[in-house]
Amino acid sequence: MEAPLTLLMVVAVTIRAALFRSSLVDLVAERVEVVSPLTAWKRVVEGLALLDLGVSPYSGDVFHETPLIIYLFHFLVDYAEITFMLADVITAVALYMAVKDYNRQVFRKQKFALEADRYPPDCLELIRSPKEMYYVPLKVAMFYLLNPFTILSCVAKSTCGLNNAVIALFILSTIKGNVLLSAIFLSLATYQSIYPLTLCAPALLYLMQRQYIPVNFRRVSFWWFVVQYAFMYLGSLFVIICLSFFLLGSWDYLPSVYGFILSVPDLTPNIGLFWYFFAEMFEHFRLFFLCVFQINVFFYTIPLSIKLKDHPVFLIFMQLAVISIFKSYPTVGDLALYLAFLPVWSHLHRFLRNIFLVSCVLLACSALFPVLWHLWIYAGSANSNFYYAITLLFNVAQILLVSDYFYAFLRREHHLTYGLYLKRKDGSEATLVLK
Amino acid sequence: MGLLSDPNRRRALINLLTRLNAPICVVCYMAGVAWFMGLAFEPFTLRTYMSENAMGSTMVEEQFPAGERALVTGREFAAHKKKADGMPVDWLVKTMQAQGLEVFTQSFSRTLPFPDENKERYFVKGTNVYGILRAPRAPRTEALVLSAPCSPGSSNNQAVGLLLGLAQYFRSQIFWAKDIIFLVNEHDLIGMQAWLEGYHHTNTTGMDWSPLQGRGGSIQAALSLELSSDVITSLDLVLEGLNGQLPNLDLANLFYAFCQKIGVICTIQGKLQRNDWDSVSGYSHAVQTMMLMVMKQASGRPWGDHGLFLRYHIEAASIKGINSFRQYKTDATTVGRLLEGMFRKLNNLLERLHQSYFFYLMPSLSHFVSIGYYMPAFGLIAVILLLRALDLWVQLVTPPSRTEDGIVDTEQQASPGVLSVLTPLVISHLTGVALYTLPIRFQEMAVEHFPVSETEAVVLTAIAIYTAGLALPHNTHRLLTGEGTEQGWRVLKLAAVLYLAVLLGCTALINFSLGFILALTLVPVAAFITPHVPKVLSAFILVILSPACTLLFSVFFFQELLEMPVNFPDGWLLYLSVISQGILDHSLYGSLVYPLIALLVYPCWLLFWNILFWK
Repeated sequence: MEAPLTLLMVVAVTIRAALFRSSLVDLVAERVEVVSPLTAWKRVVEGLALLDLGVSPYSGDVFHETPLIIYLFHFLVDYAEITFMLADVITAVALYMAVKDYNRQVFRKQKFALEADRYPPDCLELIRSPKEMYYVPLKVAMFYLLNPFTILSCVAKSTCGLNNAVIALFILSTIKGNVLLSAIFLSLATYQSIYPLTLCAPALLYLMQRQYIPVNFRRVSFWWFVVQYAFMYLGSLFVIICLSFFLLGSWDYLPSVYGFILSVPDLTPNIGLFWYFFAEMFEHFRLFFLCVFQINVFFYTIPLSIKLKDHPVFLIFMQLAVISIFKSYPTVGDLALYLAFLPVWSHLHRFLRNIFLVSCVLLACSALFPVLWHLWIYAGSANSNFYYAITLLFNVAQILLVSDYFYAFLRREHHLTYGLYLKRKDGSEATLVLK
Repeated sequence: MGLLSDPNRRRALINLLTRLNAPICVVCYMAGVAWFMGLAFEPFTLRTYMSENAMGSTMVEEQFPAGERALVTGREFAAHKKKADGMPVDWLVKTMQAQGLEVFTQSFSRTLPFPDENKERYFVKGTNVYGILRAPRAPRTEALVLSAPCSPGSSNNQAVGLLLGLAQYFRSQIFWAKDIIFLVNEHDLIGMQAWLEGYHHTNTTGMDWSPLQGRGGSIQAALSLELSSDVITSLDLVLEGLNGQLPNLDLANLFYAFCQKIGVICTIQGKLQRNDWDSVSGYSHAVQTMMLMVMKQASGRPWGDHGLFLRYHIEAASIKGINSFRQYKTDATTVGRLLEGMFRKLNNLLERLHQSYFFYLMPSLSHFVSIGYYMPAFGLIAVILLLRALDLWVQLVTPPSRTEDGIVDTEQQASPGVLSVLTPLVISHLTGVALYTLPIRFQEMAVEHFPVSETEAVVLTAIAIYTAGLALPHNTHRLLTGEGTEQGWRVLKLAAVLYLAVLLGCTALINFSLGFILALTLVPVAAFITPHVPKVLSAFILVILSPACTLLFSVFFFQELLEMPVNFPDGWLLYLSVISQGILDHSLYGSLVYPLIALLVYPCWLLFWNILFWK
């Protein structure tokens, strides 16, 4: 399996290197769909220039990346292209290994269940075979590396690629069961963009499942583990934040990075839901709706963790999707990370209902973004409503996609307990209806 | 969520759509065409009205008196032009300076990728002369442009004369709040391109020009004047610009309002408007006018010197004086008054023109069809593609015996390899790239080996590559290892249909006419083609409806609309020159039609060609 993966990486790096040399770079680096005010490379360069002049990079309103990123590029600015390509490769390899490990566990669990005769007899066709699972990790890596969204993001040198790498490493260390590394990478991801905070829940659930600690609020072992993890997580977060402080010598970066993420002052159009809303809104409602919009990202953690407490990896996927839909400055790079997980759930395809519709809409929207942008900004014949309409459609499609996968996952679990061919009480065939 | 989640209703809907797919598609196509033809029917259109307040209610009094003097200046200009055999730069500079304008010149040069046989030019070198009348009443942050081309021969001398006359008259007025730039451009669009690039500090087409020494504010609106006779019978308004872009409808309204006020006969597409909309001939007249606009817009070329302004977000139109055999004549003074009135209203603008429509078609100068009315015509045709895609999808995911929603038999056919779909996609796009790059690159080689001129070489190479693409299915099949399966062509067709839908949708948004014409011809092909239809007949239909043949028919149709029908040999020559003009427009002004056809539409059509010959 290593040979195809290596080949894939070579292909991916070649594509990126070729694009870096082409004239597309400048075009892509300006696209609002690909870079946000947080992740734009142009702003990182500006921050570096300020740093070199001995001015705090956060003194203007241009730079909003974290201090660690700017010090990273302080040394690596000449090798930026290689860094971004490397980040993509690391993400892909981490996801590859994580999914491989996860599939092994799924298979083992399935074997135990089969031996214990826990599945209803007509569910055999739902059982996953090792043959179909064999190529899943490779497909995951391929979905990430060859996804046009990832390629665009990498070519634009959007720092989103680095965030994705950190999150992928977090997923890998969690799935491998390494508590300390998982906490450290999670704190790094949180430090980078706050929102991965919600990944705390699936990580805890997964690690406890792995160590056979029951999720029970009355058990001491449960609370002991939570405290342990929280200590490691908060401790490393504290260390990173203090490190940033000592690097810069001031707390400037806190309002400039996290304040910027949470209070959304920059309303440059992007593929998210915030900009149009807050551009239209009266100033005195702003705070209220800001809370409403931001709560969206965090709130779904609770119901999802309750519903999916036995399936933390699927929960990670759901959380990543929710973050990328509802975060304040989303880019296509965020999308690419959760889209990479789709091959892992390829066994759910038979239960998906809207996949055709949704993929058509996503495809059409991706093509319409630049067209409507052109009509709005350059030709002046369309206006922001046209662009926002497409943004809205794009997000609705994403939500439909995620909820479709959620439904399909739950439905498969239901069938695995109650049998595939459901009967009504009078013996006729029944169908499941979601109401 | 009812429809999306209730399996019974979904199944009913999908069954209906798949069972009645063919009839629904036919009905949609007919309805789309009927809707489009209905757009020209006057009760279905809206009357134009002025949306911009700043130009609506304010009264302006036109007093321009010096039409005769302008004509004398025009004659003087003609004499100097003849003497200098080109642009009389010194004379123009002196004259403009004498009128108290700030005068500047800009020289430019450009080598065309291949000789332009229509205008007989290859290496172009020229000078633009422009004078700026500084606004006495405002901070000079905005500007208006009046331009007249310095054309070869004896045409457009009156336009330059009138431009100079207006400059002198405007100079004596004190109410100008915007700079007014009087521009005389040489070599029509090439000069205009150089001037606009210089004005906006961009260089998109790699032309050599000297930087502008003087600039005004940001240009709000521009009018381009073409006048070749001392008296005229009517004025014609030209709106279509680069890539089918149109100026704000208010500019057309303004022109129409002043023509009504001053009593000048005005036309659009050279067609008068008629009042007998309820008669057959009245309706067909409106259809002709609208179809002319559609054809011109679809061509994506600038139809007047104003066409390039639109790219810079400047509302612009060309006004052409027409002298026919009609009895009633209008003199230059009246035309001058009309322009004065328009400029004074534009001078009143507080913002850029944005109130009115940017997407419209005009069946007559007083009526228009807005985007909300004409898009359904395109939508009805485009929805056929989605219906076919849905049908294919259903065939692909469900084997015949379907039991429950989602629960299907597992005995699926072996899914077609990615390779069998990817190979035709890649190969047809490579053909497209060849069609885009090779004609210009290989012209020298072609001239060496064949007895043709450079222009012919380019056009004939393009046609040759286009035709060579038809041999493609055999080549793709040779590359493929296995047999093409039933599933294989379905997947390929699904991809091709969706590709075409997205492509046409995007095209129609930017240039409705082009999108609609392509949809009209390509959608039927996309809908019916399978490997199982009779080969020879379908191949014939496919070729007839291919983009190149569409262009050929369009050429004949356009001549028919202009009431200048041509016989086949002339039409063929015209067709060749249209292709060369298309390629030139792309490299000179950045028109997107040629790359769109070569890089996207043609490969997409090749995919359907491939499906027909699927083994």
